[in-house]
Amino acid sequence: MDCYTADWNPLGEAAFYRKFELYSMDWDLKEPLRDCLVAAAPYGGPIALLRNPWKKEKSPSIRPLLQIYSSSGVALASLLWKSGPVVLLGWSAEEELLCVQEDGSVLVYGLHGDFRRHFSMGNEVLQNRVLDARVFHTEFGSGIAILTGAHRFTLSANVGDLKLRRMPEVPGLQALPSCWTVLFQDRVTLVLLAIGPDLFLLDNTACSGVVPPGLTPGVGGFLQMAVSFNYRYLALFTDTGHIWMGLASLKEKLYEFNCNIRAPPKQIAWCNRPKGKQKAVVVAWERRLLVAGNAPESIQYKQLTIEVLLDRLVLRRLYPLAIQICEYLRLPEVQGVSRILAHWACYKVQQKDVSDEDVARAINQKLGDTPGVSYSDIAARAYGCGRTELAIKLLEYEPRSGEQVPLLLKMKRSKLALSKAIESGDTDLVFTVVLHLKNELNRGDFFMTLRNQPVALSLYRQFCKHQELETLKDLYNQDDNHQELGNFHIRASYAAEERIEGRVAALQTAADEYYKAKNEFAAKATEEQMRLLRLQRRLEDELGGHFLDLSLHDTVTSLLLGGNNKRAEQLARDFRIPDKRFWWLKLTALADREDWEELEKFSKSKKSPIGYLPFVEVCMKRHNKFEAKKFAARVSPEQKVKAFLLIGDVAQAADVAIEHRNEAELSLVLSHCTGASDGATADKIQRARALAQRK
Amino acid sequence: MAAHLSYGRVNLNVLREAVRRELREFLDKCAGSKAIVWDEYLTGPFGLIAQYSLLKEHEVEKMFTLKGSRLPPADVKNIIFFVRPRLELMDIIAENVLSEDRRSPARDFHILFVPRRSLLCEQRLKDQGVLGSFIHREEYSLDLIPFDGDLLSMESESAFKECYLENDQTSLYHAAKGLMTLQALYGTIPQIFGKGECARQVANMMIRMKREFTGSQNSIFPVFDTLLLLDRNVDLLTPLATQLTYEGLIDEIYGIQNSYVKLPPEKFAPKKQGESGKDLPTEAKKLQLNSAEELYAEIRDKNFNAVGSVLSKKAKIISAAFEERHNAKTVGEIKQFVSQLPHMQAARGSLANHTSIAELIKDITTSEDFFDKLTVEQEFMSGIDTDKVNNYIEDCIAQKHPLIKILRLVCLQSVCNSGLKQKVLDYYKREILQTYGYEHMLTLNNLEQAGLLRPQMGGRNNYPTIRKTLRLWMDDVNEQNPNDISYVYSGYAPLSVRLAQLLARPGWRSIEEVLKMLPGPHFEERQQLPAGLQKKRQQGENRVTLVFFLGGVTYAEIAALRFLSQMEDGGTEYVIATTKLMNGTSWIESLMEKPF
Repeated sequence: MDCYTADWNPLGEAAFYRKFELYSMDWDLKEPLRDCLVAAAPYGGPIALLRNPWKKEKSPSIRPLLQIYSSSGVALASLLWKSGPVVLLGWSAEEELLCVQEDGSVLVYGLHGDFRRHFSMGNEVLQNRVLDARVFHTEFGSGIAILTGAHRFTLSANVGDLKLRRMPEVPGLQALPSCWTVLFQDRVTLVLLAIGPDLFLLDNTACSGVVPPGLTPGVGGFLQMAVSFNYRYLALFTDTGHIWMGLASLKEKLYEFNCNIRAPPKQIAWCNRPKGKQKAVVVAWERRLLVAGNAPESIQYKQLTIEVLLDRLVLRRLYPLAIQICEYLRLPEVQGVSRILAHWACYKVQQKDVSDEDVARAINQKLGDTPGVSYSDIAARAYGCGRTELAIKLLEYEPRSGEQVPLLLKMKRSKLALSKAIESGDTDLVFTVVLHLKNELNRGDFFMTLRNQPVALSLYRQFCKHQELETLKDLYNQDDNHQELGNFHIRASYAAEERIEGRVAALQTAADEYYKAKNEFAAKATEEQMRLLRLQRRLEDELGGHFLDLSLHDTVTSLLLGGNNKRAEQLARDFRIPDKRFWWLKLTALADREDWEELEKFSKSKKSPIGYLPFVEVCMKRHNKFEAKKFAARVSPEQKVKAFLLIGDVAQAADVAIEHRNEAELSLVLSHCTGASDGATADKIQRARALAQRK
Repeated sequence: MAAHLSYGRVNLNVLREAVRRELREFLDKCAGSKAIVWDEYLTGPFGLIAQYSLLKEHEVEKMFTLKGSRLPPADVKNIIFFVRPRLELMDIIAENVLSEDRRSPARDFHILFVPRRSLLCEQRLKDQGVLGSFIHREEYSLDLIPFDGDLLSMESESAFKECYLENDQTSLYHAAKGLMTLQALYGTIPQIFGKGECARQVANMMIRMKREFTGSQNSIFPVFDTLLLLDRNVDLLTPLATQLTYEGLIDEIYGIQNSYVKLPPEKFAPKKQGESGKDLPTEAKKLQLNSAEELYAEIRDKNFNAVGSVLSKKAKIISAAFEERHNAKTVGEIKQFVSQLPHMQAARGSLANHTSIAELIKDITTSEDFFDKLTVEQEFMSGIDTDKVNNYIEDCIAQKHPLIKILRLVCLQSVCNSGLKQKVLDYYKREILQTYGYEHMLTLNNLEQAGLLRPQMGGRNNYPTIRKTLRLWMDDVNEQNPNDISYVYSGYAPLSVRLAQLLARPGWRSIEEVLKMLPGPHFEERQQLPAGLQKKRQQGENRVTLVFFLGGVTYAEIAALRFLSQMEDGGTEYVIATTKLMNGTSWIESLMEKPF
């Protein structure tokens, strides 16, 4: 039984350790690791190395080599570094290598050394250069924190969805802080930094000093700090040789340890103590290693989920194995097999020796209508590899237009994109393509393309109506759409012109267009409007007052109200106002003016084409019963009952109704017999009714 | 709170809860205190989904109306813009963001597009240099808003205009999306029928969208048996006629907005003894109208002439109930009485309100002019003298009655005559331009383009054939105890609802000829259901049909469909969806163009 413990050595008082070789590293390193920028991905992921010539100020003409190895040292990629000086290498959670350059641009590579994309950490970083940087991982994804030459921090919590945040200034920070790290608390990313004996916490809005609870006094500076992978714990190494360990919230100390070494350590990191999986800190100096810890809590985080494991297999191109695992675990298709197949397809399109047709067919055969497979993603990858034709073929299998269109635009297949957008019915998508085409094509081609796509054309017309009026005119001109051109100039006569001459000119153009459109009515009406405008202008000059833009009806009314009866009549004749309407108009105006004498004269000028009931009505509206009575007598027999009721003469109304022997009229009058004095009238009606029934 | 949504055959509360959940999730994404900046048009529809209390629970502390220049001060962490995707609104948002005071603490900006995110708008924000300022840019698919237990509306007021004047199908796309959401919650609708160009388009989009979601098989048991898509332009006539149901008249006279109506306050003054009429309230009385109110649910769809007797019957029942207190002798009886008191008091309040509204309406419906107008409308609809200039319309123009009233009548005449003789049309147009101003030329052009006011083509008037075949005019209408949908217009049976009725029984094959006379194609589509979800109908179980009016629906049409739902031997229950709840006035208004 001895042999089981024989290779265990004591470590401190309560722990033992043993050393054994899992596997030997396959690599054959030419450079000592200390001269390289090194980044190892979490969970035994790949390792990246970049010899760092910029630090040693060697001749910049020697290009450094970027090498990527698996965790067991198998070379995965090797490429010459042709870009600028690199400050930091780091791996994202998706196993993408992030190379942070001094100018703040970040180049992103896949684990096989394939260039993916690049982005910038912003202008401020570009101007002040990167002094120091960190890659960190939170539930939001993988982020980058930058310390610039101006001693300001900029960070992005997720490089997949880049949103830059410039942190507030740290008062008094003139040089590199002695150490700093990124913290993550309550879904907010923070920066903790040490300047001399002080610790500062930076959040979005402020910089505040913090003090670790229970720290042994006499500290003149913090030499190193480390935060645990889950951001729960923090370790600080002080210039007094103490290691303070506590909650990262700095609310509680867990343990403090004096290691009696005052030299700054090279590295400090959190780990699980071999025994009991307790949290502990490993501190490394040039030639010494120390493990410290007394945290009572035992935590094991299963962060490497099955999805992440599958991703890693896929990244290593072990598709069949990944599919077998999915099938064994009976994962739903969308999360499992289809995702793996989609990845396989993305790899497949990179095989340049196979023809477009064969690749497209192979992919469609294997994927078919598998739910959860995005053909557009695969097509995007194909396009990324320079295979535009293949991408278009693949897009044909994509049922979602929303996904087809952006890629087609990117590939400069705008006309195809336009028909796909129209097919979808999504007008926003159509608009997007139309505006894209507008920038891409010359005006003539653009108009021609629209002409062949009526849906797009009408949408663009609406856009122009609100945004580019002149273009709208050109569009109508192109189509010889004279009716709309007429409407266009009508609108312009109100919107664009203030002077009468200008307005009349615009209306003239409108009338001409209406003639061309064979819309004689609109043309004539517009000419009539021009005539009225000129006339209103003259009236304003001659009579004063306001006439412009009144309707013809209101113009005549205004004239009558102002006592200009002759001119009003002239206008009515000129514009051929029908007699009936003119009578209504004039009697209303005269009543409004309470010109009863003129009203009576008017009523006698000739036989009224609208009868005399309207005269009674307008007088009563003005509460002039006296005048109303005069007209009531002249009302035609069939309206007489109404007229008498209007002037409140129930008795006379009753007499007429009885005379007419009209039942409807009789009951109408009866319904008006509400006053105290109407009793006799009501009786009279009842008697007449009874008489009528007897007969 | 929204219990009335779950009374019907289809529980529309499910939809309301789903959209509320989506809203909460979005608000929680923007952690911390918030202020909402509203596109004003959205506040009405949103009120039906979420009261302020819900927003407050999610740390919404301030609300502003979207307008230019600088945002009002607010000590909050997040500013969220709730907007429709419109370019002019993007410009205002950009102005707000750019004039943000840089000295005060930075606030996080977010945009919630309703109902759909728009690349075009985001491009505009980008051009204005503010796109990067927004942390969350999301969409809130509030397409169909539940208004009542059997009623959904998109409240998109310009849908008809966009479809028929501008050839812009955005609202149809949203309608299709809304129908997909509905199917996700209530199961795939196995049968789709439609009439009209827009109906065809929506059906096509739905079929296409279904293909796009091949992955997610809908496993919900279908609640709806049939979807009927109807274009408004198949039936241009109905909205032009004056609605004569109680709810229809309230809408015609006062306008119902997002289920609320504002009424003149005089009739609602609290009647207290010893007070004279001096202190009349001046602010309009605002009432919510839906089936949550028992009495309203009972009378809303009745012909107005049948409302009075119901109200007086109710009054008797309620005062009898209050009299009961004299009979309550024992403690138990008194307790019983007291426990019913709140319900009785609510009923009495409700009765008082509706008695007042009915009085207000009666003042108008008994006026001579209302009678004259109705007579002309009914003459047109029954086919009398539609081919010559009408005296009443002429007189109304001469007296400069409101233009919309004139336009409604002239359009009604035109539709009832399959277009007017050129001479008659030109006469009306000239009268209108001279009386109301030449600027209305654009409006007349719009009405012509929409087919509402047009010259008769080829001298043929199809309306009499349509009227007779579909029995659109019923002489023997019974307003009190109706036996046909024609009671909602006191004689005229709305064409749209007749089409729905004939589809259910005996089927459209019986009216092929007339369908061909109406514009646009008619069609039928079937959506496959997985074997397990096929319905086995119980004996006597009614079918459920969703009727979607593309371009708007009136309250009278809704009343007519409810009447069909309640018919004992009907066999079909209807749920109604539309792009907009409207009436002839709001409809014509949406088509008017004022150049200055």
